[in-house]
Amino acid sequence: MSTLDSKIPQGSLTEKWKKQCFDYKLVNPANKRKFDIIVIGSGLAGSSSAASLAELGYNVTVFTHNDSPRRAHSIAAQGGINASKNYQNDNDNVHRLFYDTIKGGDFRAREANVYRLAEISEKIIDQCVAQGVPFAREYGGLLDNRSFGGAQVSRTFYAKGQTGQQLLLGAYGALNRQIQKKKVKVYSYHEMLDLVLVEGRAVGVVVRNLLNGEIKSYSAHAVIMASGGYSNIFYLSTNAKNCNATAIWRAYKKGAYFANPCFTQIHPTCIPASGSYQSKLTLMSESLRNDGRVWVPKQKKDPRKPSEIPDNERDYFLERKYPSFGNLVPRDVAARNIKEMCDEGYGVGKTGLAVYMDFQDALKRLGEEEVESRYGNLFEMYEMITGDDPYVTPMMIYPAAHYTMGGLWVDYNLMSNIEGLFVLGEANFSDHGANRLGASALMQGLADGYFVIPYSIGDYLSQMAKTSKSGFKKPPADSPEFKKAEKEIHESIEKLISRKGQKSPDEIHRELGVIMRDYVGMARNAVGLKKAINEIKSLKDEFADNLRVFQSGESLNESLEKAGRLSDFLELAELMAEDALQRNESCGGHFRTEYQTPEGEALRNDKKFSYVAAWEYTGPKKKPKLNMEKLTFTDIKPSTRSYK
Amino acid sequence: MSYQIKNYKNSLRWLTDAVSLSTGKKYLMGFTGFFLIMFLMVHLFGNMLLLKHDGGLAFNAYSKSLLTNVLIRVIEIFLFAGFILHIIFGITVSIQNKNARGKQYAVKSNITSSFFSRHMIETGSFILIFLLIHLKTFFYAHRIMDSNLTMYESVVMAFQNIYYTGFYVFIMILLSFHLMHGFQSAFQSFGLNHNKYSPLIKIIGLFYAVVVPGLFALIPFYIYMEKITLQ
Amino acid sequence: MEITLKIWRQGSQESKKAKGAFETYKLNDIQEDMSFLEMLDVLNEKLLHEGFEPVAFSHDCREGICGSCGVVINGRAHGPLKGITTCQLHMRHLKKFTTLVIEPWRAKAFPVIKDLVVDRSAFDRILQAGGYISVNTGGVPDANSILIGKHIADEAFVAASCIGCGACVAACPNASANLFVSAKISHLALLPQGQPEKHHRVESILKAMDKEGFGNCSNAGACEYECPKGITLKNIAKLNREYFEAVFSASLEEHPTHAHHGKGDESMHVGH
Repeated sequence: MSTLDSKIPQGSLTEKWKKQCFDYKLVNPANKRKFDIIVIGSGLAGSSSAASLAELGYNVTVFTHNDSPRRAHSIAAQGGINASKNYQNDNDNVHRLFYDTIKGGDFRAREANVYRLAEISEKIIDQCVAQGVPFAREYGGLLDNRSFGGAQVSRTFYAKGQTGQQLLLGAYGALNRQIQKKKVKVYSYHEMLDLVLVEGRAVGVVVRNLLNGEIKSYSAHAVIMASGGYSNIFYLSTNAKNCNATAIWRAYKKGAYFANPCFTQIHPTCIPASGSYQSKLTLMSESLRNDGRVWVPKQKKDPRKPSEIPDNERDYFLERKYPSFGNLVPRDVAARNIKEMCDEGYGVGKTGLAVYMDFQDALKRLGEEEVESRYGNLFEMYEMITGDDPYVTPMMIYPAAHYTMGGLWVDYNLMSNIEGLFVLGEANFSDHGANRLGASALMQGLADGYFVIPYSIGDYLSQMAKTSKSGFKKPPADSPEFKKAEKEIHESIEKLISRKGQKSPDEIHRELGVIMRDYVGMARNAVGLKKAINEIKSLKDEFADNLRVFQSGESLNESLEKAGRLSDFLELAELMAEDALQRNESCGGHFRTEYQTPEGEALRNDKKFSYVAAWEYTGPKKKPKLNMEKLTFTDIKPSTRSYK
Repeated sequence: MSYQIKNYKNSLRWLTDAVSLSTGKKYLMGFTGFFLIMFLMVHLFGNMLLLKHDGGLAFNAYSKSLLTNVLIRVIEIFLFAGFILHIIFGITVSIQNKNARGKQYAVKSNITSSFFSRHMIETGSFILIFLLIHLKTFFYAHRIMDSNLTMYESVVMAFQNIYYTGFYVFIMILLSFHLMHGFQSAFQSFGLNHNKYSPLIKIIGLFYAVVVPGLFALIPFYIYMEKITLQ
Repeated sequence: MEITLKIWRQGSQESKKAKGAFETYKLNDIQEDMSFLEMLDVLNEKLLHEGFEPVAFSHDCREGICGSCGVVINGRAHGPLKGITTCQLHMRHLKKFTTLVIEPWRAKAFPVIKDLVVDRSAFDRILQAGGYISVNTGGVPDANSILIGKHIADEAFVAASCIGCGACVAACPNASANLFVSAKISHLALLPQGQPEKHHRVESILKAMDKEGFGNCSNAGACEYECPKGITLKNIAKLNREYFEAVFSASLEEHPTHAHHGKGDESMHVGH
């Protein structure tokens, strides 16, 4: 195990970012247009970085697998975006946001990064408002805030239930402006399939045009990856269908370290799967737990309708186990308990993988009108999907994978261990530790894209121009390194197409999803993880021998896209299990059943596991190497979470 | 946004440019349409004189004044311009719209928009045919050819032809359809759509679309009935 | 439930199937709780196993927000229910039909890429022409220094909630993009931040819209009827007002060039 240099600047926490900004070398304005930068992904981090860099004068090329940059999955974020503006005069400040985020991440995030994030948060709101993002307002015209889990202040800015959509449209507008100015070129329907290194630096990518199957190389002076998270590894998740890990996984296989892959966030209140055909899960807002009571029948497989089960035959298990927080325990605790009840056979619904969330008490207490004003649109959405009316019959909910805190390892400057490869947003691992707080994902994506990368990439480029042999010149896209990568991609696609097995990519992916949910999901243990690793291995074999895709690479072929992404998910799954297995503690979203307090709470082991696990690829069929970055806490003393 | 500045000084190019864009055309359609709607009302007031039981005295005097008044002559130019612009733009816009769809849907839904709004070009085309006949019978005969009949006699003669009357009534129904959409649509094109006033505009529009063509259509009936009672 | 599907199949421009035609499929084991897109998934799995080419359709978030999905089902954009996208439609909502005719959005400006997938990059190009406020990153005032009344903010939000799915164009008898364009114009014209550029914006965007070959708005209202996000004709009225203001009240120097084809700003077609 080697240690990693996170390049955290010296000085006190509050001075680090200021000092670092001053220390960054600058690129002369006239020289900026000599640099080309590739951005993978067009979500919040991708669009904001592409637009900001183009504004500075760099030439930016963006690749997205969607048909338009505006469709990236950032749009689906509902709740809001945090910022320590203290507009509500409730004694919020940068340090408090920093503290909440570190604590919420169960002390597995880097202090310096999180502090910077909290500092930048205020500028994000200013920027978005200037772009015309229609945040919610109070009657007097000032910005409105709401409160969110894990914080005692109101610091979340929101635009109804569409905050992500509105923020992305703001960044997309900024991007469009640069497209119009010809400073950005967007390639839609393009999927990145490989990262190309020359002299150890990231200098380009190989992409596949999804519309005609064309494989093409693009070179640049630096590559930014903002390709999002990998929750879709669970098959059923709240992610969009096309979210995938391919970009980051292929970078991993080119030497980029993958950090904390096992840190995933499971959202407790999603609409459960209704059958084997289920394609994705829809999240129901966490706010429902304010008035909804979660329960299961005391009798296993009770055949009665929920309304016919009397109160004394119901088990309100969250209220029973956590008398003081009740139904409002944090996401991970709620999710784990729901899963436990279902595993013990108390689950309800067709699949047995659901629990009730009941609003009858709230309806009696508040009246239908008040309940409607609070949750009307959510109830409607629920009825649209399930056909059940939550005013009459309790909702059914089950947890679903939602966000991945893990991702490619980056240093303080957001550069991975590969020179010239920068990773932003959910694709990196940096700021959320073992658990992300609500409304923090949007904040991180935009902080990285608008305010960190425009400075830090300049430092890299100016140094590179001086130190590398080629200076300002980038390698041409037909240099041997690119040709080799293209050839490998052609071969791997040929291989996928030529397999004439019996199982579709979706069928295999579903099986992978079940393995991941059962053993690498909300609660894990060594026995299960080892089992998972074996099962993933045999699923990989099945993928190799028994895959069936539609045999054409020349036009839109979703089964081929899915197969390519699935091959990466299968490999990543194994790494997730390995990572979960080596982390012999429970923290945040990572709950190892062997490591819990007598009360069933997560038992962290700061002495042994206060590090970032950064995995290094060593070759096919070889065990990856574990590198460690030690986490030190100078400003905050790690403490234990308790919600009893 | 591209900020090259076009020098429009000392020219009206800004105006022709403005109507070259689709929203400009829409304005023009709404503007000419509304102008024609107003004309209809004036025309109707004149026609109502036919209902006066005086053997056409008042109507003839009125139509004579139309032929001789200079002011009317000036307005006439605007009226023709209004018709011609409305027709030309109506036809070009419809052709563009047809082309914009490309391949037609195999299944069409007719609940998403009103029947009237979808068939403006059809109702308009019939009205145009009628207009040409109407112009030939009255405008051409009296204004250009100086017919030796009085206007009242021309009207009575025309309406005694059952085919002409039938066609006339048919056209008034189509005119009603055209106005059902046209009236409120003109306001929408001007940007006048507001929770407070739009319901009123809609009601007035429906009222207008029924009453004005209705009264127009009533006249041949009246004349016909008068003829029968006189016999 | 049993269902017969008549699906439009069309290959790329170069392929043999470039003309396109309907193909009929029968599915027997369809659950009411399936979403419409899950039903298409089932069909595609079946086709894949039988060695036929699966049906290409656009989809991504499957919760009604990304704007990727959209097909015309029995003549209705996003299917027979109001206020939802195709992905939110469930088979229990389609119980009364035994046959579903599924077609792509049809508009010259949205050429078919394959089967039910159409190219909506025209929307991107329209917004590139001015669907934004021209501010660089950094150097902006404090967020609360711009006061915006709650009702204005709410109205701007509703206009901004357009997801760019293209149902308005698909439903419009004229394949007009006015509702889409008006949503963006309205959103930005309502806000104080959008004022400095409003005259340029409306002219620039309308010019870009016309250039893409969309039809003219005839105030039929089908767009409003089918919009999954409830964007109303009031936005088009606002667009008309904004254009009127730009034409008649902007100073002569303020007009951007437009309508002089061949010269002026040819930078409109960038991207893809």
